[in-house]
Amino acid sequence: MANKSNKRVSFQDWVEQNVWGLALATALVVSVGGIVEIVPLFYLQNTFEDDVFPEYEELQGVRPYTALELAGRDVYQREGCYLCHSQMVRPFRDEKDRYGHYSLAVESKYDHPFQWGSKRTGPDLARVGGKYSDAWHIQHLRDPRSVVPESIMPRYPWLDNATINGEGMVRRLKAMKVLGVPYTDEQILGAAEAVEGKTEMEALVAYLQVLGTMIQFEPGRDYRE
Amino acid sequence: MQAKQQYNFEVVKWFSYMAVVYLVAGTGMGVFIASQLAWPDLNFDNPYISFGRLRPLHTNTVIFAFGGSTLMATAFYVVQRTSGVRLWSDKLAWFTFWGWNLIILGAIITLPLGLTQSKEYAELEWPLDILIAVVWVSYMFNFIMTLSIRKVSHIYVANWFFLAMMIMITYLHVVNSLAIPVSMWKSYSIFSGVQDAMIQWWWGHNAVGFFLTAGFLGIMYYFVPKQANRPVYSYRLSVIHFWALVFGYVWLGAHHLQYTALPDWTGSLGAAISLAMIIPSWGGALNGMFTLSGAWDKLRTDYILRFLIVSLAFYAMSTFEGPVMASKTVNALSHYTDWTIGHVHSGALGWVAMVSVGALYHMVERMWGTTMYSVKLVNLHFWMATIGTAIYITAMWVSGIMQGLMWRAYDEYGNLAYTFVESVAQMHPYYAMRAIGGLIFFLGAVIMLFNVTVTIRRAIAKPSAEMATAANI
Repeated sequence: MANKSNKRVSFQDWVEQNVWGLALATALVVSVGGIVEIVPLFYLQNTFEDDVFPEYEELQGVRPYTALELAGRDVYQREGCYLCHSQMVRPFRDEKDRYGHYSLAVESKYDHPFQWGSKRTGPDLARVGGKYSDAWHIQHLRDPRSVVPESIMPRYPWLDNATINGEGMVRRLKAMKVLGVPYTDEQILGAAEAVEGKTEMEALVAYLQVLGTMIQFEPGRDYRE
Repeated sequence: MQAKQQYNFEVVKWFSYMAVVYLVAGTGMGVFIASQLAWPDLNFDNPYISFGRLRPLHTNTVIFAFGGSTLMATAFYVVQRTSGVRLWSDKLAWFTFWGWNLIILGAIITLPLGLTQSKEYAELEWPLDILIAVVWVSYMFNFIMTLSIRKVSHIYVANWFFLAMMIMITYLHVVNSLAIPVSMWKSYSIFSGVQDAMIQWWWGHNAVGFFLTAGFLGIMYYFVPKQANRPVYSYRLSVIHFWALVFGYVWLGAHHLQYTALPDWTGSLGAAISLAMIIPSWGGALNGMFTLSGAWDKLRTDYILRFLIVSLAFYAMSTFEGPVMASKTVNALSHYTDWTIGHVHSGALGWVAMVSVGALYHMVERMWGTTMYSVKLVNLHFWMATIGTAIYITAMWVSGIMQGLMWRAYDEYGNLAYTFVESVAQMHPYYAMRAIGGLIFFLGAVIMLFNVTVTIRRAIAKPSAEMATAANI
């Protein structure tokens, strides 16, 4: 099959006759792109805005989620909210007018895993915190079409019936701390008490209400070089 | 009888049949969740069948259950045929079969329960992730060892693509799934925010690029020449195709994250390489199509060949559309819209499913030493698959572009022209149309399952003389 024009065995001809050579060459070739694009994100100084602009104090406002907010975030993941709602405002005029300030990398630095999403079947939620009342969110989650008639979102009545497991939250905060999220010992020890008696509905609403509110943006300031 | 011992087709038969079963299950699930978007009352206020939990089950069933079973069937079939030897280990092959199906069973149970890592196309929780890694490596190891004991001097091109797919998926799955468990069915990704996003889309796009492209190109390079009874059009082109594809595809993930909080250089790099990828992609598509040079008349009579060739047309189309959507200007409009869903499905239904269906029909005839029970039904399936796909992607093009335009529209006073929910309301007819397109495709798959089942039952009931020598064809 191979069309050799000279006696010398070409590289291609060699790998076609040597399966381990082919496997090794392929393993090397496919690793280049990933290494170039991913590894620098862990050490380049311009990945996070607070490294680029240490003088902007508002960027220090990003904090770990409270136990209740984290419990709500787990519910958000479980129900697959991220499949229809992004959490990533892009730097366009219409997105600023519709959702608010464009998202920064620091804002999701404690998000294990990230929840940026890839689809807006419903609106972006990166800055939904504080836009609606708790009562609105609860009504909307119980029956979306009772507040937004054209909505196609499912109803989530079961969130009212389940309570958050306190001991489970202690373990979850501990795991987050292992991953580098700076929880204090008080927060971890107090996690069970902080969620005691709370329903999944209350937790989810607490999470939604904190989204995008940790940084108080200075008007006119540009956070991207 | 000696022929029967030469190859292990028993495990290939099982993978092939399960692939058809999972095609029906996965597309059926797709029709259901597409209908939920058009008629939300179909969520029935039941947590276990709500859209957010079933959508990952749909993607897992079509990609890993259907696509995975097809890849395991075809890779084990092709590697034996092109190496002239039996699988290196029968036991390991059966371990791969039962392990893979156990994982799928795990997905069917855990995903509706909401047990998810919430990383797209990598939702399964950590115990299943570990099982996937073990079963996947068993598949790869058996494949490599079979190649190492081959009776021919050169490794056939289809096997390069299968091998690259297996290696890359191992990398991707292991790195992207790294997580710290907090309980049996809950874990947190060890990566966060921007790095997690980049790693996820490195995985996400290469699940497409390797699992759903390189592997299926392996299928193309064996089954198109075999079904057409012609040699591959160009050996040189296949060498270029292979190395350019496996080098280039890896870079594309970043194009999913343009204009996000990911540093701009990464997204732009991903977009630039995406543009260049059109060259190997089209090179490969043309290599497959030109294989028919001088034998185009076969398309009139050979319905299995039709599946294979139309799949290449869809492959060429979606690998043109992809770079267009990756360019920054178009991406600003298309990202987050249904256009993405349409693009995925022109690849998934038009390319992956069609080339698989062609290969599966081919293998059923060869392995059971028979012809399809009804050629007319194969033809009917072909038209239903083609028309269903066309309706689906047309609906998503219109809805996606409409969403993108409505979201950015301003009125004469400088205010946003539409609220978000106005765009949702406008989507209803297209979501209904998408469900209908999907339904037609799904019914085609049901016809295939019927046709394949009857064919196999008849072949088993009346063993023909051909069947005894089937393994040697």
